[in-house]
Amino acid sequence: MRFLFKTSYEQDIRLAKHGGHVFWYGLLCLALVAAPWVAPEYWLAQLTFVLIYAIVGLGLMLLAGFTGQFSLGHAAFLGVGAYTQAVLTGLGWPFALSLACAAGLSAAVGVVVGLPALRVKGIYLGMATLSFGFIVEEVFARWESVTGGNSGKHLVPPEIWGFKFESTESFYFLCLVIAVVSTLAILNLLRSPTGRAFVAIRDSEISAQSMGIHLARYKTLSFSLSAALAGIGGALYAHKLQFISPDQFNILQSIDLLLMIVIGGLGSVHGAFLGAIFLISMPQLIALGKDWLPDSIGQSPGLQSVVYGAVLVAFVLFEPMGLYGRWLKVRTWLQMFPFYRKGMFKRQKSFQKSDRLK
Amino acid sequence: MQFVQLLISGVSQGCIYGLIALGFVLIYKATETVSFAQGELMMLGAFCGLALMTVLGFPFWVAVLASILAMGLFGVVLERAVIRPILGQPAFSIVMLTIGIGYVLRGLVTMIPNIGTETHTLPVPYKDMSFRLGALVLNAEQLVVIGATAVLCVLLFAMFRYSKLGIAMQASSQNQLAAYYMGIPVQRLNGLAWGLAAAVAAVAGLLLAPITFVHANMGLIGLKAFPAAVVGGFGSLPGAIVGGLVIGIVESLSGFYLPDGFKDTAAYIVVLIMLMVKPNGLFGEKLRKKV
Amino acid sequence: MTSNDDVLLSAQGLSVRFGGVLAVNNVSFDVKRGEVFTLIGPNGAGKTTVFNLISRIYTPTTGTIAYAGPGGAMLPLSTQPPHKVAGLGIARTFQNIELFEHASVLHNLLIGRHTRRETGLWAEMLFTRKVRDAEVRAREKAEQVIDFLDLQHYRDTLVAGLPYGVRKVVELARALCTEPQLLLLDEPSSGLNVEETDDMAFWIQDIQHELGITVLMVEHDMSLVSKVSDRVLAMNQGEVVALGTPREVQTHPGVVEAYLGTIDDVSSLRRHPGHAGSLGARA
Repeated sequence: MRFLFKTSYEQDIRLAKHGGHVFWYGLLCLALVAAPWVAPEYWLAQLTFVLIYAIVGLGLMLLAGFTGQFSLGHAAFLGVGAYTQAVLTGLGWPFALSLACAAGLSAAVGVVVGLPALRVKGIYLGMATLSFGFIVEEVFARWESVTGGNSGKHLVPPEIWGFKFESTESFYFLCLVIAVVSTLAILNLLRSPTGRAFVAIRDSEISAQSMGIHLARYKTLSFSLSAALAGIGGALYAHKLQFISPDQFNILQSIDLLLMIVIGGLGSVHGAFLGAIFLISMPQLIALGKDWLPDSIGQSPGLQSVVYGAVLVAFVLFEPMGLYGRWLKVRTWLQMFPFYRKGMFKRQKSFQKSDRLK
Repeated sequence: MQFVQLLISGVSQGCIYGLIALGFVLIYKATETVSFAQGELMMLGAFCGLALMTVLGFPFWVAVLASILAMGLFGVVLERAVIRPILGQPAFSIVMLTIGIGYVLRGLVTMIPNIGTETHTLPVPYKDMSFRLGALVLNAEQLVVIGATAVLCVLLFAMFRYSKLGIAMQASSQNQLAAYYMGIPVQRLNGLAWGLAAAVAAVAGLLLAPITFVHANMGLIGLKAFPAAVVGGFGSLPGAIVGGLVIGIVESLSGFYLPDGFKDTAAYIVVLIMLMVKPNGLFGEKLRKKV
Repeated sequence: MTSNDDVLLSAQGLSVRFGGVLAVNNVSFDVKRGEVFTLIGPNGAGKTTVFNLISRIYTPTTGTIAYAGPGGAMLPLSTQPPHKVAGLGIARTFQNIELFEHASVLHNLLIGRHTRRETGLWAEMLFTRKVRDAEVRAREKAEQVIDFLDLQHYRDTLVAGLPYGVRKVVELARALCTEPQLLLLDEPSSGLNVEETDDMAFWIQDIQHELGITVLMVEHDMSLVSKVSDRVLAMNQGEVVALGTPREVQTHPGVVEAYLGTIDDVSSLRRHPGHAGSLGARA
């Protein structure tokens, strides 16, 4: 069991709360930096995808997990970022500038999508974001002069000051740097007044207002930050695939992103990463499992759908706190052995109409 | 004339949206959950009807009634097995759960050898019939949809207004605790609400099948029914039908009068306009927390 | 005795109508700086509605609320948006506790410091020296409040797991963290046992005398009201019935009638002399 004796405010404020944190996260950083020399190219490419999806997941986690705003059309921001990057780098703009514009434009679209959030909540907001998602996807398909319509758009590899990020290793490092910077930015935000304001909005809007939190401003901020991160992720996604088309940013992609944060664990930064790892490894696991199943099941096109759905249902039923929640429970069990009690992480039931019994 | 023709096809499409939206609203009122699985339940209902009519060779009416009952039962079982344990979790998680259920249903149907991956026609007695009314050509399928929806609405209205069961369901959706005190078996009624929603979805599926054919991706129409429920106001049953009609008519008219691409997004543009003008829908209630 | 300069909050002719219900009807009162002013009345009298009018959750149908802002001049409160109210120095607690359930007590208090934040978005994302120092200062202030209300051993507990009495104190702490001029307490002693109510009485007195904060509260517990209040306003069915010191208001016939019914009803509860035994036992 670990006892933390707190003697200064610094201990609560800083990111690494104790020695163990420093050790394990340091090890993780080392492993990530060493990956290109250790892992085969295929797995490195998958790891790059994990990082890209994690960046998007961070944004969605900020919006849905920390600010409590439903966003069912998040793939739209991914698409805006991807297409902006494609168009601007296609025109010859430098990578960093295009990336900044992709983030900026996504943030602007995020502000527009967030406008309904100022008036409506819950499912109504979900519908509004869903609607925006469909409309943006349609715009991608129809605005052929800019986006190339349904035939898609090709991209050149990113280039900074003459150095081309063509190889898997170099692109991996680019994504790693951007992912680390984004994560640190979000973690810093969460331990300062703005991040706390987001959490306040999620838990009780009325008392957040009475504490002086300007709801409209912070909701809009949350939407635009979340969209900006999705835009950055989208730009990297576009460079990785080197080809984008409107149907990559449809409702199914939005649901994938939501799946990622729900399974990862709503309301935690770790959840975004765990969810991304899950999302990328799921198809691999299914492919592996196919050989063990009889042909009629294994080769059927519906298998992926069933597995995704079943896993989602199982997680919400049995582990609503997601992968990170399960890890917390395991870690607490190990730390408090043998004093772990079953109800330690019991979540408070909350209903919209407060006079519900069960 | 073209306008009236479009109007009629819009109304018939709107009835389908309205029926699915009706299911959403029933479930929302009873258990406070938003169910994204309605589209897939509709698809399942259509396949059920197909199986009963073609594989088992039941006569039309028997197959229709049997599949409605079967889906109703399925809805009750679904509520008991999957929904009851998770009530009280944040709304977001419950939505994800229903999306997962939809995925599973769609995948399972696709996995059925030979039948799942193909498109089938439902052998209904009124197939390919049409009537002429002056310059209008009315498809029997569209008329049946409109007629059946009207009948169903009258039946549901009568049930909720006059039958004990209907009043009990209304009571338990308005104030669950008080309903318990009055001896109303709230949880059993919740199951019934889900069963009813699934049965309504089955009806929608059977009505839609002659128009769009039966295939595993039929359920994606459910995504258009959501705007219908929102436009009508998420707590209102007549609102769901009205919302569906609005969306159906707008879609039909914009497909003809507006440039390409507006037809698919018409429903969503209407939702956004509605949310700006009247945030709680046409008949919706403002859920304000009393402090 | 006290000049107009001492008035902190002034409500004139406040009325609010919800549909067909007139929840508050022509209510007027002044709250003087540094006093403890209590609203009493039976349930449904409109007391919490008056609070909600002051914290701008509702807008009055008629009437005005004027508040002496930080500069000293009287501002009209009815035109302020809800989130500006805290910045003006008005803090409140809620009748049914509105805490941030999935955050720790400390987190809740730090959110209370929101109006005093000094840094913007970009500085916070980079967590500059300035942000770090502001965080430490916020922590210090929060710790002062924790010390004042003895919440030390609950500092890192998630609110969701706390007992009711502690939650009420955390609500009070969060309101104090905003460093208000005027503190609105909505039924501070409801749900508290005798000892906790005594603690609450001491805290309210300390808030008034040590921290110099004006307190406007809604309360049902008459002993608490008598112990801490300077003046009391009695309401019934949205209207003002009596205004004065606790003793004056408690003996006011209108107030007695509102709580207990008319004098005739009370007499039926009186024991008859000569009959030993319980009420209403007639031979």
